[in-house]
Amino acid sequence: MPTVSMTVNGKPVSGEVEARTLLVQFLRDQLRLTGTHVGCDTSQCGACVVHIDGESAKSCTMLALQADGAAVTTIEGLADGETLHPMQEAFRNNHGLQCGFCTPGMVMSAIDLVKKNPKASETEIREWLEGNICRCTGYHNIVKSIQEAAGNMGG
Amino acid sequence: MPDGVTGTGIGAAVKRVEDQRFLTGRGNYTDDINRPGQTYAYVLRSPHAHATIKSIDTAAASAASGVVAVFTGADMEVGGLPCGWLIHNEDGSPMHEPPHPPLAVGKVRHVGDQVAAVIAESLAEAKNAAELIKVDYGVLPAVMNMKAAEAGGTLVHDDIGTNKCYDWGIGDKDAVDAALAASAHVTEIDIVNNRLIPNAMEPRAAVADFNGANSEYTLYTTSQNPHVIRLLMGAFVLSLPEHKLRVIAPDVGGGFGSKIFLYAEETIITWASARIGRPIKWTADRSEAFMTDAHGRDHVTHAKLGIDANGKFTALKVETYANMGAYLSTFASSVPTYLYATLLAGVYTTPVIYANVKAIFTNTVPVDAYRGAGRPEASYLLERIVDRAARETGVDQLEIRRHNMIQPDAFPYQTPVALSYDSGNYQATLDSALSLGDVPGFPARKAASAAKGLKRGIGYSTYIEACGIAPSAVAGALGARAGLYESAEVRVHPTGSVTIFTGSHSHGQGHETTFAQIVSDQLGIAMENIEINHGDTGNVQFGMGTYGSRSLAVGGTALVKATGKIIAKASKIAAHIMEASADDIEFKDGNFTVAGTDKSMAFGEIALAAYVPHNFPHDELEPGLDETAFYDPANFTFPGGTHICEVEVDPETGVVKVDSFTAVDDIGRVINPMIVEGQVHGGVAQGIGQALLEGCSYDSDGQLLTGSYMDYTMPRADNLPTFKVATQSTLCTHNILGVKGVGEVGAIGSPPAVINAIVDALSDLGVKDISMPATSSKVWQAIQDARG
Repeated sequence: MPTVSMTVNGKPVSGEVEARTLLVQFLRDQLRLTGTHVGCDTSQCGACVVHIDGESAKSCTMLALQADGAAVTTIEGLADGETLHPMQEAFRNNHGLQCGFCTPGMVMSAIDLVKKNPKASETEIREWLEGNICRCTGYHNIVKSIQEAAGNMGG
Repeated sequence: MPDGVTGTGIGAAVKRVEDQRFLTGRGNYTDDINRPGQTYAYVLRSPHAHATIKSIDTAAASAASGVVAVFTGADMEVGGLPCGWLIHNEDGSPMHEPPHPPLAVGKVRHVGDQVAAVIAESLAEAKNAAELIKVDYGVLPAVMNMKAAEAGGTLVHDDIGTNKCYDWGIGDKDAVDAALAASAHVTEIDIVNNRLIPNAMEPRAAVADFNGANSEYTLYTTSQNPHVIRLLMGAFVLSLPEHKLRVIAPDVGGGFGSKIFLYAEETIITWASARIGRPIKWTADRSEAFMTDAHGRDHVTHAKLGIDANGKFTALKVETYANMGAYLSTFASSVPTYLYATLLAGVYTTPVIYANVKAIFTNTVPVDAYRGAGRPEASYLLERIVDRAARETGVDQLEIRRHNMIQPDAFPYQTPVALSYDSGNYQATLDSALSLGDVPGFPARKAASAAKGLKRGIGYSTYIEACGIAPSAVAGALGARAGLYESAEVRVHPTGSVTIFTGSHSHGQGHETTFAQIVSDQLGIAMENIEINHGDTGNVQFGMGTYGSRSLAVGGTALVKATGKIIAKASKIAAHIMEASADDIEFKDGNFTVAGTDKSMAFGEIALAAYVPHNFPHDELEPGLDETAFYDPANFTFPGGTHICEVEVDPETGVVKVDSFTAVDDIGRVINPMIVEGQVHGGVAQGIGQALLEGCSYDSDGQLLTGSYMDYTMPRADNLPTFKVATQSTLCTHNILGVKGVGEVGAIGSPPAVINAIVDALSDLGVKDISMPATSSKVWQAIQDARG
């Protein structure tokens, strides 16, 4: 089996994978980074969103081998100890999560939005979230969370 | 009750305790769990809606790389998956309960039915091997249309000789017929309540681990009620004693009803784990979830509402066909009966009501409770027929509702369909919603929309629901095979911190916060000294779990009862130590004080004295401070409220935009307003989803056409507005907290408000009805049809 190497949450990792192994499987099953979730099999729910070299990407939709040499950040890599990233803190502060299953993907996706569009309007936030499905919150408090975080992240 | 001393008491918008782990990727969901030596299960499923199984050849699969075992229905001689509620027909005979084997025996009855289970060293090897299983099917016609199925023909279950599960009724049919005949006007409506697929974001999963050393089974599973799973699986299917079966529902990623039920897959791997002597993991992919998670709704109804010359409702007659799917799921039979027809009085004084419900088997996925469960179907029917009656009789939408509403001074109010409402003020929630939604400004907004070429409409829903189904004795008399109480244990530790064991289960509702707030309030101790433990039959004494918005009204009340016992015992200990009468001990803000003196002991000091009982009333009390309470409510609770929806419809494209949505709900006392608002938001989103976007679709051969997120439209962020939400409380009169429940109000109240708004927008074009989901093509077609 081929070997894949990458940096995950700042640490170099490598492992043997099958050619068909998805990045999300490598993260969850081999690295035991189970914060990244799988909620569908058609690349639509966004529970698996991570950052690849700083860009949000669905880790169910790329092979582990495609991330060879990349810097990957998962939900586990955001906080500084127990100090939350401003986006995590905003989700906590605004009740932007309920069951927590879509949350890692939502947070990772939202951080990329604010990076690309620091002053996103409510409409732009809602449109950006097209690729992230939440069944609990009705998105109301997710949108509020992202708006607050954008302010705190200097947007 | 005021806020607790810690600022985290009842009524405080406390930030959630559970969020830290969810936000940092340290939740512990079932699929995150792995056991040493674990194998993986893959379930081979029927591609046909209806077929005999002539033969299954598993030889090649069994010999394939990595395969540990292959099982079929012939191998698994166990009981069927049971139904928890026996409904009787109008003639008094019991409903039909055909067997529901975990692995199909002789016949498959829906696309996705379980045919074989492959256990292998890896999931990939299990999947590969499943492709080698040769199943010879004899394909049969699919039974899909309920009314045709009622007439006979092809049978889903040959042995029962009919496709009708039951033919049930409630109310006085003769009185209703007479009242309708005497009515000045009768409004009729045909209603389809569209079939929905729940879609909790976490797919179902299970890990079963049999320990041969002590013959104990441990099952981790995505359940809303692990004790119920243990009871049903152990007692009815696998014949396992409960002390040898531990069921753990860890962090669960949403349920919405779909994770109440005992499912085949968790049962199969629990059984198989003992056969192979190794742990087994099974995780549904989303495609499997679509074709195996119990679906919701799916009613076809004809109804008549009589109105007298003064505009008062005289009678309601309802005839409903309810789809059961291929097998009876755990609580399927109760949903279109006691959770639906008993709600048909709504908030109105309709004096006589009769409902007949025919439950029909079809070759589709079983249908069971989904957020609201029967009550959304009742409220949709009522609020649509009231809307139509107003239009037919030329009465204002608000006037017809106010004119027929139960008055605030009429409680307790006995309906003609069994329920007795304890409290409510429907006029107050309506008034509040009219203000919050700025209804007086609607004409100006309508004019502004018209200037853009858009049709604006406003729709109302003044709904009621019933939560916390109870009491057990009454439910039992009506056919329930389970109790409907809840339990709580309050375990005070020697240094004064507290662990709560609750039979309620949180899968997004935030019990770790809300329940801790209640304990903080009751015992006067800080939130951080309180731990909420739930979801593990190895820890929690017993529990009925979380569904039907019951956690706070039933589980929360059990918790208050248990804390009351703690305070009572602690007061006696305090009296002994401070040499006072127990009657003179006052407990406030976490301190036990001798009335009229400055003698006082803190809660933690009493806790220590209970566990280090050197100075202790041994002749009166046992050491320790640990109390359990079970609570069986005297009645349902009855949340209700007003939802108002404004839509803009583009008449050229049929696109509907929900421009604003206002919800004012009476849920009784509010413990945590932040969590309450979140529950309403989520429920309303699901209700708008049902009204505009979601609809399970099968073709005539029983193939599921909406089997993925590419085909089944989940509400996305850009389908929904920012919601206007408020509460307007009357207290429940029969539980200590005065709480009613909030989990389902959004999904129950909102769909008719949305559809009524669309009908309002298009009424001047002659559109009288739009069925759910009101997709743009359907709306556009309705406009074309109305224009002729």
